[in-house]
Amino acid sequence: MTVKEIAEKLNLKVLSGASGLNNEINYGYASDLLSDVMGNAKSGEVWVTLQTHKNVMAIASLKDLAAVILVKDLQPEADMAAQSEDEGIPVLGTSDDAFTLIGKLYELLKK
Amino acid sequence: MHFEFQVEGGNFSKAGTASSQLKKILKQLNVDSRDVKRVVVALYEAEVNVVAHAYNGTIIIDIDTEKITIRIEDEGPGIQDIDQAMQQGFSTASEMVREMGFGAGMGLPNIKNNTDHLTITSEVGVGTQVNMIINFNS
Ligand SMILES: Nc1ncnc2c1ncn2[C@@H]1O[C@H](COP(=O)(O)OP(=O)(O)OP(=O)(O)O)[C@@H](O)[C@H]1O
Ligand SMILES: [Mg+2]
Repeated sequence: MTVKEIAEKLNLKVLSGASGLNNEINYGYASDLLSDVMGNAKSGEVWVTLQTHKNVMAIASLKDLAAVILVKDLQPEADMAAQSEDEGIPVLGTSDDAFTLIGKLYELLKK
Repeated sequence: MHFEFQVEGGNFSKAGTASSQLKKILKQLNVDSRDVKRVVVALYEAEVNVVAHAYNGTIIIDIDTEKITIRIEDEGPGIQDIDQAMQQGFSTASEMVREMGFGAGMGLPNIKNNTDHLTITSEVGVGTQVNMIINFNS
């Protein structure tokens, strides 16, 4: 499923990086610990987090992640949004909390 | 092939720059993507450790057809007990660093899991040296 399809189905706002909306999402990973994501997320996954700083994009780019979803109406900091634009890795937003959003996402992506 | 990068302690906005540049170089060299992934995880964690825990550091990289050798040396507080530091969950990260989501004590275990050879030496009050080798296509 593409980032765009997931965004439409789950009513997510595109906060930055719209050029990557056709990235293919194959699964997801949820964590707010950056080394956990570095060690365990896999390429093509969508990352659900409440971290809003630039290092999120550094990791998303190094790990070839498809997109990042920020929960609870959190907004990316300016330099996070800028790097998301540069790399074409979308940052999406939802008013849901992590538990609720991940539940919906799992239903869409479960294998 | 030989490359060197500088790392600034405390500067989180630049953390990962060297890893990102090395990733591009390895892709240009057509290194297997599985190997690129391992190198990127290992170097990123070592790079962030300099940013989070030390004052400044140098990354020295040598690439040949069979392997990549990376040495990260820093000036910093050093590590008192390296075996303890290697344990998953051990961290001395500051509250500010933890709020950013670093400080899970998973960085050194990530390096261990993604390298074929790892040695760490350190002198308290002086600095730390991390040496790693990743063999290609192993
Ligand atoms: N370059 C370094 N200089 C000084 N101390 C270090 C250095 N690298 C690691 N350490 C020490 O080893 C501990 C464990 O490192 P490790 O990378 O595993 O976890 P962390 O950096 O605390 O958290 P994480 O990597 O999960 O964000 C650190 O908290 C710190 O005490
Ligand atoms: Mg670390």
